[in-house]
Amino acid sequence: MAQFEPRIVAFLCRWCSYTGADLAGTSRLKYPPNVLPIRVMCSGRVDPTFVVNAFRKGADGVLICGCHPGDCHYNEGNYNMMRRFPLVRKLLAQFGVEPERVRLEWVSASEGDRYAEVVAEFTDEIRKLGPLEWAPMMAPPPVQTAESVVTAK
Amino acid sequence: MSKPKLALYWAASCGGCEISVLEVNEAILDVADFFDIVFWPVGLDFKYHHVEAMADGEVLLCMFNGAIRNEEQQHIAKLLRRKCQVMVAHGACACWGGIPALGNVANREEIFDRAYFTAPSVDNAEKTLPQTSTRVAEGELKLPVFFDTVYALDQVVPVEYYMPGCPPVVDQTVAVVQTVMSGDLPPAGSVVGAGSKTVCEECPREKHDEKKVKRFRRLHLCDDLDPTKCLLEQGVVCAGPATRSGCGGKCVSVNMPCRGCYGPAAGVTDQGTKLIAALAAVIDSTDPDEVQQIVDTIDDPLGYAYRFGMSSSSLRRVRTHG
Repeated sequence: MAQFEPRIVAFLCRWCSYTGADLAGTSRLKYPPNVLPIRVMCSGRVDPTFVVNAFRKGADGVLICGCHPGDCHYNEGNYNMMRRFPLVRKLLAQFGVEPERVRLEWVSASEGDRYAEVVAEFTDEIRKLGPLEWAPMMAPPPVQTAESVVTAK
Repeated sequence: MSKPKLALYWAASCGGCEISVLEVNEAILDVADFFDIVFWPVGLDFKYHHVEAMADGEVLLCMFNGAIRNEEQQHIAKLLRRKCQVMVAHGACACWGGIPALGNVANREEIFDRAYFTAPSVDNAEKTLPQTSTRVAEGELKLPVFFDTVYALDQVVPVEYYMPGCPPVVDQTVAVVQTVMSGDLPPAGSVVGAGSKTVCEECPREKHDEKKVKRFRRLHLCDDLDPTKCLLEQGVVCAGPATRSGCGGKCVSVNMPCRGCYGPAAGVTDQGTKLIAALAAVIDSTDPDEVQQIVDTIDDPLGYAYRFGMSSSSLRRVRTHG
């Protein structure tokens, strides 16, 4: 069987982390191709809805990267994300999703190497956890048959 | 000319929506004047075969409350869908699963195990479990299949209107029925009998938009709540910021936090994750360890987030595999 290739959605803040990811690319650093980057204005823009939707739609892991604390372009957007993060993890754990499938990291615009490291490490971790496969949870109710339909008379 | 026909049904629900229909008091006479009520298990003695005998589309309005938890409910939902022109998901359970959908934290096996074997009040030495088919001397007895997952009405049949609430407040019920009677219907897919903003808009309490929560508290453990100030800012989990307006802020007016029964506000797909964001927003800390400690004072985020909306939530149910 082919090795499981995780699908990871990464929400990258436009000011620091996306630029950091860009730097990793222009510096020709090698890192796993498993990440689908989505540029957001700020890590504080990452609504917990985005995270659960990513899992619902087939992601095996979600990475959120923002500016280091104190460096937010909007002063405290990254703090907003930091406060949400443990709640989101706790909620996911209740749904049976390993909390390790969502990760929050601070990556500055100059930290291309750090971005590459984070992606490599996270991909490895998700690969160990295996696929999430949420689609069966969203299946419609069992099809009714003449046999299965029972009604009161 | 014969009167337009009205059908009411209850599926996986507590019966509160049915009672709220009766709570319209004398207005029920106007309803009975205008409509011919052809099916209403809680109030009138019609049987399924009476509904089956009707022509498709013969019923103008079906007010369907309750979620879909078993095969019988799915069957009747499909039957009524064929017979009616306008299907209203009546109440939180029909709209998004409601309280019964909290069963989506488990599956059939776990629920049966608890209900028939391990609950402290159960005495079941013979380990009897309900079967879908049982042979007795008189013949075969059947029970509907119990699903692993609870579904909202629109996950089983198409629905024209959503009428939120647990139960919907009486004035709203009257307004919705009057709208149908007037014939001036809103576009299909609309939420009826509710506002479009959040409960906070209707809440009379003072809000400051300040972060000041160092710990979250359970309501019954608080004896120092200020009745004039925002409950959330006092550390009590209140679903107001994530919940649609329309109830008139009944709970929050009497020192009771909003539990979220009017569902997500207009344009919001997931009420629970919005509540998670709102809770995080009042935490007073920028230190990750302290934030974690504060978050740990909430034992059951899922229960708060999806008390009425598990079926229609982004993830719908807890994972059953892997």
